[in-house]
Amino acid sequence: MSTFEALQGNEAVATAMRQINPDVVAAYPITPQTSTVQKFADFVADGLVDTEFVCVESEHSAMSACVGASSAGARVMTATAANGLALMWEIVYIAASNRCPIVMSLVNRALSAPINIHCDHSDVMGMRDAGWIIFFSESGQEAYDNMIQAVRIAEHPDVLLPVAVCQDGFITSHGMEKVEIFDDADVKAFVGEYKPQWPLLDIDNPKTFGPLDFYDYYYEHKRQQVEAMANSQQVILDVAAEFNKKFKRDYGLFEAYKLDDADVAVVVVNSTAGTAKVVVDQLRGEGLKVGLLKPRVFRPFPAQEIAQALGGIKAVAVMDRSISFGAMQNAGPLFLELLAGLTANGVQVPVADYVYGLGGRDILPREIEGVYRDALKMAETGQVEQMVTYLSVRE
Amino acid sequence: MAELKGWKDIPIGGMILEAGNSAEYRTGGWRAFRPVRGEAECIHCFQCWLFCPDSSILVDAENEKMVGFDLEHCKGCGICASICPVNKKVIKKAEEELGRDDARLCICMVEEGKIEE
Repeated sequence: MSTFEALQGNEAVATAMRQINPDVVAAYPITPQTSTVQKFADFVADGLVDTEFVCVESEHSAMSACVGASSAGARVMTATAANGLALMWEIVYIAASNRCPIVMSLVNRALSAPINIHCDHSDVMGMRDAGWIIFFSESGQEAYDNMIQAVRIAEHPDVLLPVAVCQDGFITSHGMEKVEIFDDADVKAFVGEYKPQWPLLDIDNPKTFGPLDFYDYYYEHKRQQVEAMANSQQVILDVAAEFNKKFKRDYGLFEAYKLDDADVAVVVVNSTAGTAKVVVDQLRGEGLKVGLLKPRVFRPFPAQEIAQALGGIKAVAVMDRSISFGAMQNAGPLFLELLAGLTANGVQVPVADYVYGLGGRDILPREIEGVYRDALKMAETGQVEQMVTYLSVRE
Repeated sequence: MAELKGWKDIPIGGMILEAGNSAEYRTGGWRAFRPVRGEAECIHCFQCWLFCPDSSILVDAENEKMVGFDLEHCKGCGICASICPVNKKVIKKAEEELGRDDARLCICMVEEGKIEE
């Protein structure tokens, strides 16, 4: 039997971790992730999990310990944010390249400098080419659900890649909401037992992890990572289908909200998608045909599927909570990815980018409404007036 | 070199599934300086064998003799020459007592390409 609890996003994630009961958790506290690991440390102290909890001295060590434990054959989880992720950097790539199915809760926060503890997506967007599967979560509920599914996806023999599950710092991580918590036994049964194929601790079959790999084989190992990433899409869908059957909540690669007959769409990830839905409802009340596409899976990027979903749309506005400095028009990464995906799949409609909310700057419904009205204008004229707009920045 | 395999035929993540297969990796080609031993000078103390980081000192264990170098794996680091007690003694004696720098060492490092095979 499920229960409904009033939980902050971080508490929901910590609860998922308790129910998953990983063999090893290595983490270092960093705002706004801290309360995840703090709560999990309570579970460890209270004997509610069997986890070996490693209190490391930095995030570089946290991810290193995760790689070591994962290679040993353990089910491993961690959590971080922003500068903590940046400090993990070297090992973030190694985790993916060594094919360690680690699951990480990533509580999105702006990278320094200037130092800032609030939400944007500059942290996760920096790791987009590192070889991790990346999920976004609109709410604490989605973060909880994604964590549970992430374990299965990461450990699938066709995948064996680490997974990052994002939620917005403070907005979601510290916002209290009603979260459905599944029965412990049901989660345990769903995630199952991890059976590593090549555990380092299988001392009867000694093996080497992470050896030198030159021009003769490095490239082949990268090609394997491509295959794993490609395989992961079907696994993500299969796990989502099984999750839906068991827990009655439907997930896909993205969520389409009132998109079927829409003229224009906004594409936005994480908590702002929730605000945008309110705006969609409001504008629908005015008779305007507006919709929303919320990517859940950012890596692997479902370009073809998104292009298909946006096939009948007349204009698209992307909302980016980070900037890819020096990229075309200094746009955001989501926009660049989406524009490339639409173009490559033959969807030739006006697409504009709206950068918003950097460093935790609030994003208001009326600002999102403005984005929709711009998009409606683009749909009418067929023209992009301004490719990139920095919403609510003071001149 | 062994035939190179495609990405579908190798373990993922760079894993090596056989133990001890570094012997198959011939690193002798990395060497810039080759160790050369004076058989008459060698006292068979096994210090070079003990310190060699690449297991490249060949010994006859039964007769307790140092017999040479595994040049297919020796990278020419020179630790054997620097640790060799005969070398130390000979160099010291040559320098201090005889004022010479052409003393006959046990192990000396000779530039590859300048060795008459």
